[in-house]
Amino acid sequence: AEVEETLKRIQAHKGVIATIVMNAEGIPIRTTLDNSSTVQYAGLLHQLTMRARSTVRDIDPHNDLTFLRIRSKKHEIMIAPDKDYLLIVIQNPCE
Amino acid sequence: MSKKLSSGKTSLKAPKTSAKKQKGGKKSKDSSKRKQTQLGKKDEVDLSAAHIGHPEIFPLAFTTETQEIFNCRVEEDVTEENCFKLIKKDDIIQDLKTRDAVSDFHPVKKVVLEYPEEELLVVFDAKFQYGQNFYLVASEEAKENLLKPPETAQEEEKEEENREEDLEVQPYKPPVPKPWVSLGSEKEVEEESVKDRVTKIKYMISRVRRKFGTPITFTDRNASHVKDGYVECTPYEDKAFSINMLEKDVGLQTVPKVKEVATQTKWTYPKNAATQYFPRQLSNEEKEERLSSKKLKEFLTSVHLRMEIALQQNEIMNAFFDDWKALAEDECSSGGKPDVYLGAYRSFTGLRYLKDRIISCVCWHPTIYGIIAVSARQQLPDEEQANLSDKSLLQQTVIVFWSFFDPLHPQLMLECPEDIHCFQFSPSDPNVIAGGCINGQVVLLDISQHEQKLQNAQTDADGIKITAVNMPSPMQVEQSSTEPPLVRYCAVSSIQHSHKKPVTDIYWLPDYSKDNQMSAASENRAEICVQLVTCSPDCSVLFWDIPATKLPEQTSCETVKQEGGFYIPCDVPATKPLDLCWKPLIKINLGESDSNTECGPVRISLRELHYHYKTSEKVRSLHTPEAPTRDSSYTEMSTSSKNLKVLENISTSFFIGTEDGEIVHSDWKIEIDNDTAKPVSQEHSQKYTIHTETINTLQRSPFFQDIVLSIGGRNFAIWKERDTYRPILQWSCSAGRYTAGHWSLTRPGVFFIARNDGNIDIWDLLKKTHEPSHTQNISTSRITCISPWIASPKQNFLAVSDDLGALHVLEICQTLSHPSSNEEANVLDFFEREVKYLKYCEEKSQAKRELKWSWRQRQRKQV
Repeated sequence: AEVEETLKRIQAHKGVIATIVMNAEGIPIRTTLDNSSTVQYAGLLHQLTMRARSTVRDIDPHNDLTFLRIRSKKHEIMIAPDKDYLLIVIQNPCE
Repeated sequence: MSKKLSSGKTSLKAPKTSAKKQKGGKKSKDSSKRKQTQLGKKDEVDLSAAHIGHPEIFPLAFTTETQEIFNCRVEEDVTEENCFKLIKKDDIIQDLKTRDAVSDFHPVKKVVLEYPEEELLVVFDAKFQYGQNFYLVASEEAKENLLKPPETAQEEEKEEENREEDLEVQPYKPPVPKPWVSLGSEKEVEEESVKDRVTKIKYMISRVRRKFGTPITFTDRNASHVKDGYVECTPYEDKAFSINMLEKDVGLQTVPKVKEVATQTKWTYPKNAATQYFPRQLSNEEKEERLSSKKLKEFLTSVHLRMEIALQQNEIMNAFFDDWKALAEDECSSGGKPDVYLGAYRSFTGLRYLKDRIISCVCWHPTIYGIIAVSARQQLPDEEQANLSDKSLLQQTVIVFWSFFDPLHPQLMLECPEDIHCFQFSPSDPNVIAGGCINGQVVLLDISQHEQKLQNAQTDADGIKITAVNMPSPMQVEQSSTEPPLVRYCAVSSIQHSHKKPVTDIYWLPDYSKDNQMSAASENRAEICVQLVTCSPDCSVLFWDIPATKLPEQTSCETVKQEGGFYIPCDVPATKPLDLCWKPLIKINLGESDSNTECGPVRISLRELHYHYKTSEKVRSLHTPEAPTRDSSYTEMSTSSKNLKVLENISTSFFIGTEDGEIVHSDWKIEIDNDTAKPVSQEHSQKYTIHTETINTLQRSPFFQDIVLSIGGRNFAIWKERDTYRPILQWSCSAGRYTAGHWSLTRPGVFFIARNDGNIDIWDLLKKTHEPSHTQNISTSRITCISPWIASPKQNFLAVSDDLGALHVLEICQTLSHPSSNEEANVLDFFEREVKYLKYCEEKSQAKRELKWSWRQRQRKQV
């Protein structure tokens, strides 16, 4: 319930296109996008997050990745990684 | 300088002996018998041997006569050993007197006269020592010396030799000759004495005096520089050498050759490898479980704050907004009034082929630049169905292809059975053209043979040459050098199953195929457009499926049968096209079930009508490797199309513009009724009547899928699908009628409207909505068709066709082709505002009505 509420709140923000929650292995748990797109996003972004995280830790082992934002022409992908899960939100930032 | 010192040749100098003799004594060693005598004096020419040191010796030459007289005949009286002859003086004088000058003694006459003694010695000189064969000894002492035993001569000679230095031995008194007793010392002396065996070589080297003692510099000289600098004896192979070595003693030692070599080999070790075919997915239960897990809750609580911050940031402002760029664009559009115009680019008038005809449809070739196809039909007074008998006398009906590069000659002509009312290029394969005839048939044409020619239209602009060498699929092509090739149609639908009235609109369906049973759109994996939809005023909309063999590059033949489909004969014969066998897939009758009024659709606009025009290369590549498999894909699609995934979110609604000016919005999806398990067509049709005349254009905006432009008669309107009962915007014009229109392909708020007086109105919704932003006159007669095209990012064309059979191609200026920044958003905004306004108006009117009604009620109640 709480989970639902939080996700709903995030989804309700202006311009948000999709929200995906996936586990540490990249398997989506909860998504508001269609299946094929979700799978695609999950696979690609999971790898990217792992890579970003390892980059940060390589530079400074005490450091860790907290947030990853990818801004593209059409929208912005925001990834919040954690130990076990990954939250991905795709938003269209243009007014 | 040094040259003077060069060693010259040795030369034996002759006067050496004489020099020695000068140094040495007067006597030479040869004569052992000579004695030194007293020097005699002679006044006259010295005939004596004084020049050799013997002045008393007078060489004489005795003739034989003289020898006889004095008895000194050679070899008789006087011999070599006995060479002395004493001759009396008186005899000589006697001889002198008798022979005087002839006498041999004449030269020595004076000597003879002066001779004191009585006898003169004459010596026979056998060896010619003194030059003659006799010589006269003029002195007593010499005579006596000669006559005396000559042993003493040796001793004297030796003494002479020892005294070499002594040149002038004046009155030399020889030692008293004693008989010398040899004790053997001569031998020793002789042994010890040094005798020159060989004449010594004498060198004389001389140099200029001043050069003595000067410093010398030595330089190097390469011996090989000078030709004769050195002499060498090069070895050469002796030709005469012929000894062959047959046996040779050779010693061998075998040594093990040890070499160290290292290689690095790739160490392959077994590794686990895995391939993933499907993405991993969690089952629903797992998902549920995870969702309710505690960890997820914690995660979300920790994460959502960050996310919200980021989202809010984005909402507040766009951090990447480029103000500079935006400034430039704004200035461009707002500042100043740029020239808006449609520049005339080309004009095509085919007098031969399009005489007295109206152009019914204009279509641009989707891939090849500069090719535009035009279909013409008869000028009919009331635009009813053509009188076939009349037509047969006239020219054949053609679709003409024009190219920009050759405005006089058409590139290609497609022969059609009837006048074509409208046609379209297939989006997946621009070589296939589908046309709707005015008798209701649908025609398929294939121009793949001439695709190359069309593509090369720019290169061979003058003259049209055909190389019809390779024609795998038989098509009749007229070969001529000036006339464009004529291509026959390849498939025509069956008359019974086609429309009864002219086909007024034809479209290719995009990449999804229709399932005839379910009438649901299903995915078309091959991405080839195979289906057509046609509509005609006979109240039907037909969906057609393309016969599989009619796609190019087919080599195998297949027989596919399908219910409601079509027959494909195994081998399409050359001359007989697929005639009259083609049936539509689905037929939708409009207006039957609902009411009695018939609705004759003239135009149809499907919701999902967005094509991707693929380039021919791509299509070719798609074709050639897939040629064998394509049949199967088609059969798959046609027979087992149920197995394809049903796309649920493809909208199946469509708009229809009718003859009477109605716009009907309907759905073709047939749902199965849950109760009866029978397909029941669900009709959500809505009719809008604002136009009074036939609708001639019904078009969706290329930018917004639910905005539709409809043009009919005196007014035109913009609709938003499903949202309203009224058009969003509506215009009407009192002068003239609107005959054609089209949205601009590049600018969302611009569309072109054509009138029957030959003008084109350019409407820009962002500028003015009450009147066109620009008007331009194109032709003098009614404009029948208008079609914009994006040829390149810089060139946008507008093709306008008119009643006189002429086609004008205009170039759209930059301002009309380039959208301003955010134009799409602005236009969308504009529409939404309009919609809201309409809604507001609706509500207001509704409220008003209700109010009125309630007021009336109250009134009634009161009463």
